[in-house]
Amino acid sequence: MSPRALFDKVWDAHVIAQEEGSPAILYIDLHLIHDVTSPQAFAGLRESGSKVRRPDKTVATMDHSTPTLPVTFELRDEMAWAQLDQLKANCEEFGVRLYAMDSDKRGIVHVIGPELGLTQPGLTVVCGDSHTSTHGAFGALAFGIGTSEVEHVLATQCLLQRKPKNFRVHVDGFMQPGVSSKDLILALIAKIGVNGGTGYALEYTGAAIRAMDMEQRMTVCNMSIEAGARTGMIAPDDTTFEYLSGREFAPKDDAWDAAVQKWRELVSDPEAEYDRSIDFDAANLEPMITFGTNPGMAIPITAPVPDPKENHSLIPTAALEKALAYMDVAPGKPLLGHKLDVVFLGSCANGRLSDLRQAAQFLKGRKIADNLRMLVVPGSQAVKHQAEAEGLDRIFIEAGAEWRQAGCSMCLAMNGDEVAAGEYVISTSNRNYEGRQGVGARSFLASPLTAAASAVEGVITDVRAYL
Amino acid sequence: MKFERIKSSAVLLPLDDVDTDQIIPARYLKTIKKDGLGKHLFADWRYSSEGDEHGDFALNQPSSKGASILIMGVNFGCGSSREHAAWALVDYGFRAVIAKSFADIFRTNALKNGLLPIAIDAETHAELVAMVAANPEAQLSVDLDDQQLVLPNGTTLTFPLDPFSKRILIEGANELDYILSFEDAISAYESEHD
Ligand code: SF4
Repeated sequence: MSPRALFDKVWDAHVIAQEEGSPAILYIDLHLIHDVTSPQAFAGLRESGSKVRRPDKTVATMDHSTPTLPVTFELRDEMAWAQLDQLKANCEEFGVRLYAMDSDKRGIVHVIGPELGLTQPGLTVVCGDSHTSTHGAFGALAFGIGTSEVEHVLATQCLLQRKPKNFRVHVDGFMQPGVSSKDLILALIAKIGVNGGTGYALEYTGAAIRAMDMEQRMTVCNMSIEAGARTGMIAPDDTTFEYLSGREFAPKDDAWDAAVQKWRELVSDPEAEYDRSIDFDAANLEPMITFGTNPGMAIPITAPVPDPKENHSLIPTAALEKALAYMDVAPGKPLLGHKLDVVFLGSCANGRLSDLRQAAQFLKGRKIADNLRMLVVPGSQAVKHQAEAEGLDRIFIEAGAEWRQAGCSMCLAMNGDEVAAGEYVISTSNRNYEGRQGVGARSFLASPLTAAASAVEGVITDVRAYL
Repeated sequence: MKFERIKSSAVLLPLDDVDTDQIIPARYLKTIKKDGLGKHLFADWRYSSEGDEHGDFALNQPSSKGASILIMGVNFGCGSSREHAAWALVDYGFRAVIAKSFADIFRTNALKNGLLPIAIDAETHAELVAMVAANPEAQLSVDLDDQQLVLPNGTTLTFPLDPFSKRILIEGANELDYILSFEDAISAYESEHD
């Protein structure tokens, strides 16, 4: 057999059929479900009188529209509540395991999958959510899908999918202190553009990736979709196996040994060919920040905001002008010192334990500036409990931040946690689209460390000044 | 839904990298239904915070009423996988979107809802934008059988579409039935791997 890349190996192992001119029929090993993109799919099943083919391979959680504060009856959002009730009813009717509001295992779908050991190397994973690419950090082939596809997978455990091309992103060098995997992925998206990965499956390789822990790798894979790639993968290694070992749904005992042996084969063959390849040096990276209205509009924190009059970036000039007008930021100078109103620490990009630990370590003994409010929203209830066991919640609260229940929260602002029109938020999430974090809200995406340092200063800050 | 031949004027919104959060903001995703989203299409660009229509927004132009073709720029529908974006466009009355390129998930979602994504090259796109800007009532037509797009000046071009999607659109067929026709293969795979 000719040499194959990691992506091809996992793809080939799951193709059930491939007719000429048609998409492949791919078998799906793990289907994750959440509140917002599933109701219409279950309704479709009901209409056609179908069952969920493999409830044992289907897991649901509540994350997108869930409140992060205790909700009183008067204050609850009736539509969100009805949607959560619907998910509960659907899961009961179709026999799907659900981590509901009262579950300790509930959380953002891309945080709990790995945390519970559901996400494993070599699996095909789908979810009605574009950040499903996160699970690729384990060497899984993970796609975000639409609701019609959710229905297909519920009914058949299969997905129709055209084979993407292969794109290797090779990252050598080691990141400097104050620089994180969030900065790396923002720099990559800025380099290849928000559609640079469209039609491709990304594979991240190289020493910088190998040196990352699983949570950092997840941040990288999470944002593959922000470069337009439906999936992004990293070959599993000892770091992966160590992370998975002992987790609830990871194989145990002999089955574990056998699994690890199999997983070790999930690497790209040395001679494997890629349709596209780029090299990246992590040693030169600075902390990154976005200045505009998509994640590709990112710059090193000391660099000037691009000027539409002399636009050398990949960003179309009209889009750049529109973004600067929306953000009301001045071209030609850096964002350092720019005013802020809100700090959001959370999301499936950076709402994991190591993210909270980093920010807490910085905030310990410090106070956030008077001019802003800071929301800390753990990615899952398990992250929340572990953080509390380590006393991180106290650090955040003493610094002046709010400590919340797990969920997507201000990442997409559909649960009431939102930024007011015209306000500036520095956010560890993954999307800075117009209105994403509240109607008229203006978002700067950055790493947890940059967010923490900026919280203390009350303006956009280069965390390296503190190191 | 079967795809019929379209003859219509077009709504001109040739912005690049328009994401699905703009097409349908997240606060409208609390619905458990597919219909009724058309009134929220491009909500934050279309209405003021008081809910009044912005007169200068493309969708609010008199010439846009009843148009079933939308013209966008590069990478239309990037971002969130929300199929609500396709539902909102269809519910509003669009049957085809012409753009320089589409995001992968949006493209898939559109095709599953009878909304035809037509990708055209940058040069033709610029010509089309100029024609529609000059005459907002100008008529375009789309013929799926021949995969042909006829511009207002009579220029006819062939657009790419894979045979599978074309057949699904023309027959109004259900992809689920296609997958189900491989039931034996799925069962065989399961008994081998479980
Ligand atoms: S945290 Fe944000 S990006 Fe992640 S799943 Fe939730 S809404 Fe989507």
